[in-house]
Amino acid sequence: MTDTTVMDEPGALRRYARMLWADKFALCAAIFLLVVLLMALFGPALIGDLATKQNLRGRNAPPFDLSRGWVWVMGADALGRPLLARIIVAAQNTVLIAAGAVLGSAIIGTTLGLVAGYAGRRTGEVIMRLADIIMSFPSLLLAVVVLYILGPSVANLVIVLAITRIPVYLRTTRAEVLEIRERMFVQAAQVMGAPSRRILFRHILPVVVPTLVTIATLDFAFVMLAESSLSFLGIGIQPPEITWGLMIAQGKQYLANAWWLSFWPGLAIILTTLSLNLLSNWLRIALDPVQRWRLEMRGRKND
Amino acid sequence: MTEHLLQVEGLSVEFHTAAGTVKAVQNVSFHLDRGETLAILGESGSGKSVSASAIMNLIDMPPGRITSGRIRFDGQDLLALSDEQRRRINGRRIAMIFQDPLSHLNPVYPVGWQIAEAMTTHGTAGSDARAETLRLLTRVGIPEPQAALRKYPHQFSGGQRQRLMIAMALAMKPDVLIADEPTTALDVTVQAEVLSLLEELQAETGMGVLIITHDLGVVAEIADRVVVMNAGEVVETGTAAQVYANPAHPYTKKLIGAAPGKGVMHDPLPPVQPVLSVRDLRKSYGGFTALDGISFDLMPGETMAVVGESGSGKSTLARILLRLDQADGGQALWQGRDLLTMPPRELFALRRDLQMVFQDPTQSLNPRMTVFQLVSEAWVIHPDILPRPRWKARVAELLAQVGLKPEHAARYPHQFSGGQRQRIAIARALALEPKLIVCDEAVSALDVSVQAQVIDLLDRLRREMGIAFIFIAHDLPVVRDFADHVMVMQKGRVVEQGSVRQIFDAARQPYTQALLAAGLDPDPAVQAARRQARLALVLQPIGILRRNDPPSLRSP
Repeated sequence: MTDTTVMDEPGALRRYARMLWADKFALCAAIFLLVVLLMALFGPALIGDLATKQNLRGRNAPPFDLSRGWVWVMGADALGRPLLARIIVAAQNTVLIAAGAVLGSAIIGTTLGLVAGYAGRRTGEVIMRLADIIMSFPSLLLAVVVLYILGPSVANLVIVLAITRIPVYLRTTRAEVLEIRERMFVQAAQVMGAPSRRILFRHILPVVVPTLVTIATLDFAFVMLAESSLSFLGIGIQPPEITWGLMIAQGKQYLANAWWLSFWPGLAIILTTLSLNLLSNWLRIALDPVQRWRLEMRGRKND
Repeated sequence: MTEHLLQVEGLSVEFHTAAGTVKAVQNVSFHLDRGETLAILGESGSGKSVSASAIMNLIDMPPGRITSGRIRFDGQDLLALSDEQRRRINGRRIAMIFQDPLSHLNPVYPVGWQIAEAMTTHGTAGSDARAETLRLLTRVGIPEPQAALRKYPHQFSGGQRQRLMIAMALAMKPDVLIADEPTTALDVTVQAEVLSLLEELQAETGMGVLIITHDLGVVAEIADRVVVMNAGEVVETGTAAQVYANPAHPYTKKLIGAAPGKGVMHDPLPPVQPVLSVRDLRKSYGGFTALDGISFDLMPGETMAVVGESGSGKSTLARILLRLDQADGGQALWQGRDLLTMPPRELFALRRDLQMVFQDPTQSLNPRMTVFQLVSEAWVIHPDILPRPRWKARVAELLAQVGLKPEHAARYPHQFSGGQRQRIAIARALALEPKLIVCDEAVSALDVSVQAQVIDLLDRLRREMGIAFIFIAHDLPVVRDFADHVMVMQKGRVVEQGSVRQIFDAARQPYTQALLAAGLDPDPAVQAARRQARLALVLQPIGILRRNDPPSLRSP
């Protein structure tokens, strides 16, 4: 036996592609998210003008009317701007803010949670009290104060939203770390002389990540809506900039006679979060070597 | 033909899993009479528990499916009855006790309430049930039964919890008691007590006892007849003595041959400079003293067994020597330097010399790492041992050394059996080329035949590489074949230490003698003689057999 036989597994990329193929829901979710991502990247550059040009003759134009052209298929808003174009353009800000806030809070919260769970008692206490302070401070009040002082912008919005969501990740991570650090394989690594950094990131973090990913996807929707309520108060994103949340807020006053103003951006938010949820569910299984066979089996049966 | 109390005929059970259909039990037949004890003996995966679960209607269907067979109990076929009818039989006429009583007792209710509930579900009046519960607790030997009624499961010891389970099972005076590995989680002395309690109760009530076990010693101690199972099939049936004396099937022969405690004992090593010398080691957790002045010397290449029951402090000793815990006092000199006060830098270097193999490889191997990553982790942490290009070859070499194949390197731990996982854990420890390996119950979670193989492996490593072992165990026969030196611990103190011959042939301390007497021998004849000796031995001072003339179960 030569040592070339040691690693004869198929390539990781092919393997994951096959597992994604096995779970059709996750596959659809991945495709949808890819579309959203493409919209966010190229939307404003391609159809930015179309989304901002007012057309008062087409105010609140109803959806499914193709006589004006494909961008009008979802109807138009109160100023006669095609909704489809606006949704595509708004994807950029929406994704930027939501992803920025979720990633920021997840990274900071997880890191602090790892430290709080693994370091000594005192450090842990200090970090936890910090989280308590953030949690007990009304997040809306914090946002109002900060954004009033700093002025509303995408970056400031991301910072504010990230700070208010930190405790969720922090508390979850800490609780899990406290349990996992007592597991045998962590002690086995300690006996081997593994430094704390390696134990935290190589042994403990991979066990916590699936939970955190699930929380993050749920948080994604929460952040999108929080951003829209800040916009509604006039301290979030300001027109002419647009986000899906802002579009919902703007359509609110026309709900009785033009439901599509709020409906389409709402649908965009729902589909995005749903896709994230489905994909994170798939990811949880695909990343766990013990569970992975469920996907690999299904793939084989479908072939 | 006379009707048997319980008769299983041609039972086959399948499970539909990802890997295809697994035939867990194939065409199994056995029977049980009143007042008889039948043991089903087999290793993990032999289908012994599935057979018992089928009797109790505990198989989840799907994925399980009973494909053929009949289970006749008192004249009716259980498999033909409705779920409702079987519920009426379960608990009332067929009762079951399990391996781990803590997970089968509800932690939020007092035990008195739980035992009474077993009776009220089957229609006994509340006040009668309470009186009966008190009588049962007295009968199974729970101290202060009146107060015990209001206590919660966590307030009892492991042995007492198993007694509670027995009390609960006997509440409805069942005709058949199924005991699934009832003593596997218990200490040897407690195991002997629980088994003799079962025997007494059987003599009083005349129930049939079906005991499921992997332990030849339990069979020898308690069973009238034995059914040997392997890979879902019955390979041999007969009386316990007959099967042990003249095993017909090769599997039974292999199983009996693998039973530890029959090999040649090691001769003591010539005294040399000890590699590790521990002096007056102390540790307490709050008011509980875990280690109370432990001292010993360990020679290079020597195997020292640390033996004791749970709570004796043997695992604490391992944790302190590996610096997973801080000692309160004393010193442990490793090649002349005190490893208890070593600064982190020196400790890091020391880690290469001192390694540990844990009890349960399922938990001690990170489930998200491949075997290659697990074994090579040592070199990631200590990069100066081996340059990265040679890792692959060395992992393959180590895997071959512990009896695995090089192509196993890409797999994950869950794809291996328990014995193979423990081999991975050993390969992982060997990657650092240590001088001392601490084995904390390293073989006690394994099947007997696998246990023998792992011990052979460890013994070979010791001879070939001169590695010293501290071998922590509660199982005396295993220690007998493998150790050079034995240290017996009780309540954080060393009761007795000496060469393996001194301890096994001429134990001086009563505790050691009691421990040896409580151990179960696989030979029914030896075990019968030993039971006599145990009863004759004055055990009161160390707390064995503390029941005095218990009231009978039949005539309240």
